[in-house]
Amino acid sequence: MIHLRHKLSKRDFVLDVDIQVPDTGITGVFGESGSGKTTLLRCIAGLEQEGGLPAHKRNIGYVFQEPGLFPHLTVRGNIEYGARRAAAQRIDRESVVDMLGIGDLLERKPDSLSGGESQRVAIAAALLRSPDLVLMDEPLASLDRKRKDELLPYFDRLHDELSVPVIYVSHDIEEISRLCDHLVLLDNGRVAASGDLLDVVSRVDVPVLSGRNAGVVLWATPVDHEDGLTKFNFGDGDIWVAGRFEATGTPLRLRIAANDVSIARDRPTSTTILNILCATVEEVHCVDTATALVRLRAGNQGLLARVTNRSVRRLGLKPGDQVFAQVKSVTVRH
Amino acid sequence: MNTFGPMWLSIQLALVTTAVLVVIGTPIAWWLSQTKLRFKPAVQAVVAMPIVLPPTVLGFYLLILLGPDGAVGSWWVQLTGSALTFSFTGLVIASCVYSLPFAVQPMQNAFESLPRQQLERAWTLGASRLDAFLSIAVPLSMRGFVSGIVLSFAHTLGEFGVVLMVGGNIPGETRVVSIAIYDHVESLNYAAAHQMSLLLIGFAFVVLAGMFVINRRWSER
Repeated sequence: MIHLRHKLSKRDFVLDVDIQVPDTGITGVFGESGSGKTTLLRCIAGLEQEGGLPAHKRNIGYVFQEPGLFPHLTVRGNIEYGARRAAAQRIDRESVVDMLGIGDLLERKPDSLSGGESQRVAIAAALLRSPDLVLMDEPLASLDRKRKDELLPYFDRLHDELSVPVIYVSHDIEEISRLCDHLVLLDNGRVAASGDLLDVVSRVDVPVLSGRNAGVVLWATPVDHEDGLTKFNFGDGDIWVAGRFEATGTPLRLRIAANDVSIARDRPTSTTILNILCATVEEVHCVDTATALVRLRAGNQGLLARVTNRSVRRLGLKPGDQVFAQVKSVTVRH
Repeated sequence: MNTFGPMWLSIQLALVTTAVLVVIGTPIAWWLSQTKLRFKPAVQAVVAMPIVLPPTVLGFYLLILLGPDGAVGSWWVQLTGSALTFSFTGLVIASCVYSLPFAVQPMQNAFESLPRQQLERAWTLGASRLDAFLSIAVPLSMRGFVSGIVLSFAHTLGEFGVVLMVGGNIPGETRVVSIAIYDHVESLNYAAAHQMSLLLIGFAFVVLAGMFVINRRWSER
């Protein structure tokens, strides 16, 4: 485990964090803007407070939101900058270059690279420093949707192939749900929740996740294809998802946003929704004057539905009720 | 009278002054670009003062300071046995004070336009403060260095008032080209004055045009 303990006061903002995060895999740090995500990373890296161990002695890689490559060096010079200053070479250069697909860029200058290419080079530079921990501060936030989609598979590979623990800051819950194993929720400089991603996201009592960010993450295995759809099995049920995902036997990560789940008392018969699951109401949590989050259980799988308080009253929803959950859409990590 | 003697002396003075200014101006410029201290404007004002003050004011106080009874001058006499005023070393010191803002300001501007994140990235990649300064800040601020070097060189070359005040007019020691020209005009030797003046005009043109060419090359990259 990595123990993170940081306290910092800046004008009207106080950061106070004292948690343990796993020393493997990707830990996501999620929060609204101003919740102290970046400040926390900067504290960990030694860029924030005066005193303490200076940044260059901490052996921590940092990937900034803007790649910020050194313009006077080639791509090769950029990725070797950290490697040359590393105490020990524990990460193989060739494998990092391959993993990030930057082999053809090595002799180029940074100003001839696209945003996505620059960010991949910046990540390679941080990794080749052979760090004990890599910090990533919204590395996708400065890219448009298309570039983001191009870059995400590289992060999947990082997740699958890299042995160095990563702390990944983002305000995009989709990104976090796709990439991270562990999740820390920050709210106004304090830790609102911390734990396994699948557990934390299904909680209804955490304010940062109760709004449009609410949703659950589950593992499911593609088993069948029909009409351009893929059937996923998640243990206690099946779910149909648009698109073709090969049935290799490996489970994939699915995210179902609470906004995409609605509840019916009787089994809906004529509806465009394909996925209707029998479920039990576990908890009804009032979010604000208009909306509520309902935690459901379909077999062993938890689900969250974001509904209006009016509907909760009209249907008389209470824990223990048998209902039907209609799932409108599902995001899959390819 | 020899045309090239005073010219050569001026060039020597400008070269030595520029070299000294790069050495002492770089840390001053770096400090000014990075500090958040409240008295930074005061330091900036002191550095920029030679631009505003008449050379006679500057020269007057330098003469007192560097003279055999002055704070710096008396110490120098004890150390070396000779006076600072009316010597080449004295001229170098005076020129450094006089041209300091011309070296510091372009460098400071270049350092300030450096994105802070570039330095922070260098630190997180394992570079110490000095390492990051030398490997990132200096190469990325080359335009500032070139401007600072050319401007302090050219400004020292064109110096007149301060030299006259602290250096006088000693051939081979303190008689730089601007003073030689003044002498020639005083003694109505216009031919010699023309010769030196045209030489200086040509030299200034070549140096400045060279700087602008370099700057353009840099901005085109």
